[in-house]
Amino acid sequence: MTNVDAVKARSAAGPTPGRDRKAPALKPAKPKFRWANNWHYPVLAVALFVSVFPFYWMFVVGSNTNADVAQVPPRMIPGPNFVENATNAMNAVPFMRALLNTFIVAGTVTVSAVFFGTLAGFAFAKMKFRGNKALMAFVIATMMIPLQQLGLIPLYMLMDRFGWVGQLRAVIVPALVTGFAVFWMRQVIATSVHDELLEAGRVDGCATFGLFRHVVIPSVRSGAAVLGMFTFLFMWNDFLWPLVVLGGNQSNHTIQIALRNMNQTYYSDYALVLAGTFMSLVPLIIVFVIFARQMIAGVMEGAVKG
Amino acid sequence: MAAVHSQDPGLGPQSTTSWWFRREARIAPYLYISPFFLLFLIFGVFTVGFTAWVSLHDWHIFDTAHGGGTFVGMDNYVRLMNDARFWRSATNTFSILLMATIPQMFLALVLAELLNDRRLRGPHIFRSGLLIPNITSVVAITIVFQSLFGRHYGLINVGLDFLGFEMVNWTASRLGSHFAIATMVNWQWTGYNTLIFLAAMQSIPTDLVEAARVDGAGRVKRWWKITVPLLRPTILFATVLSVIGNFQLFAQPLLFAPGVGSMGGNNQQFLTILLYLYNMAFRQFQFGYASAIAWMLVIITAAAALVVYAGVGILNRRENRAALAVQKTRRANSGQEVGA
Repeated sequence: MTNVDAVKARSAAGPTPGRDRKAPALKPAKPKFRWANNWHYPVLAVALFVSVFPFYWMFVVGSNTNADVAQVPPRMIPGPNFVENATNAMNAVPFMRALLNTFIVAGTVTVSAVFFGTLAGFAFAKMKFRGNKALMAFVIATMMIPLQQLGLIPLYMLMDRFGWVGQLRAVIVPALVTGFAVFWMRQVIATSVHDELLEAGRVDGCATFGLFRHVVIPSVRSGAAVLGMFTFLFMWNDFLWPLVVLGGNQSNHTIQIALRNMNQTYYSDYALVLAGTFMSLVPLIIVFVIFARQMIAGVMEGAVKG
Repeated sequence: MAAVHSQDPGLGPQSTTSWWFRREARIAPYLYISPFFLLFLIFGVFTVGFTAWVSLHDWHIFDTAHGGGTFVGMDNYVRLMNDARFWRSATNTFSILLMATIPQMFLALVLAELLNDRRLRGPHIFRSGLLIPNITSVVAITIVFQSLFGRHYGLINVGLDFLGFEMVNWTASRLGSHFAIATMVNWQWTGYNTLIFLAAMQSIPTDLVEAARVDGAGRVKRWWKITVPLLRPTILFATVLSVIGNFQLFAQPLLFAPGVGSMGGNNQQFLTILLYLYNMAFRQFQFGYASAIAWMLVIITAAAALVVYAGVGILNRRENRAALAVQKTRRANSGQEVGA
């Protein structure tokens, strides 16, 4: 590759940013918008559209009558019937009860997983003990294995033995602390809790739990909040195990089971089913809108660390 | 560095409590990690191990209360080998896995490259828009896509009809249903993987890509020849996770065609392994046989993950050999030059 080629290639690639900055001095007009340099916007816009469209469609179907949607071409804009459809959906299955159950399950698990995850993460990140590294490697290995699915049958037998089949605690207890929570909090504590503070606390006569309360907890709040959101969303969306263990007891259904039953019974009534589905997503969308930045950062940080 | 020293003589006012003070710091970590290991022992080790035991029995759900089923040795596995439905579910799972993983990784790499541009305006909008499918529940996703893939009034068929193509009966055809289910998986996970790849791209040094740019390599070439190979560990990790996840496909085939029951369509055209397991265990209550399916699923999943690792290993080795060959020719050439 000669120098001339490189220069040619550069000029073919369009103006460099440096030249762009100079351009206004020569020519007061705005720098020209070139599609050749900005073709990624349309591609990204299409991706964004594909990502968001199903939510829009859910609302379109859920806010029209079935007749409006079952014509060619179908109605593509929201109609006036959303409240009616949503009310029907919420009467078709014990919707509010299921929402409450899901809140109880997801809320309890979130608090517990964050607490025990932080405790174990503290031990792994900042304390010396025999087998620290090996045990941590083991925790990471468990994250890769979908234990719940593979051990489904004995898990059910166990719950049967405990008399917990149909009870919310059958979903809550196995999830009280996860390998992911331990791993996540270990990473957070390793990077955001300063050793000097711990040493100072030690000198002041803090036992380890004192250090945990007064030093660790105040410095890991944001990392713990991200873990909490992920845990909450995961439990909110969990389906297989709740279906197996709670399926027989309608008053303890979670929202995903209620949705499934609604879909099973009223599948020809798209307006009702999609209005109900939309309602079930509202809490998630609220959580997402508030915490989107932290969640994106969480996913991306997790990628680099993992 | 560990900050909590178990032996720090002379520090602090612990003269009277020093023995306990030091002892506590040694015991505490085990106490703190014990909740995880306790739960894991009961709900992880025990359950997966006990699955193996149950799989060696003719074990009906009611046998559980009476001390277990009848021991039948490997009978369940022999039956599994000759079970056409199981093999159909396995082929379905593989087919959906291929349709879901490959386009997803490719698309995510393209989108990550487009997002990895400091001049991009409104990156937050694109990123959050791409992540939102991932936080949506599979149940909700399947319900919406089931409407989009509807036979007569589904938007996709209406679109096909409008463009002059024939409408597809997505739930009835084997390939069609696999495509529809793979679409749901792709929709949910492409954005997530995009963010993972974007994070990895931001952490690779820019000088290589810059050097290639100066040398006149186009954007596509820079992406395919430099960025993507550098991302290989991340791609491998994402692929393995995707493979493992796809073997757990359950909600999509269960909910996809609500009119035709839970066996993955009238001809089991979209029955997956986990859905078959669920049917055996909790509809037919054959715990022994279902446990054998569970163990087969473990083995297949592990084997598939190993195949991905091995594939990347071969790729790496071949590349190393190519690099070595280049070095050798260079050395030979320079030798000639010196000689001349």
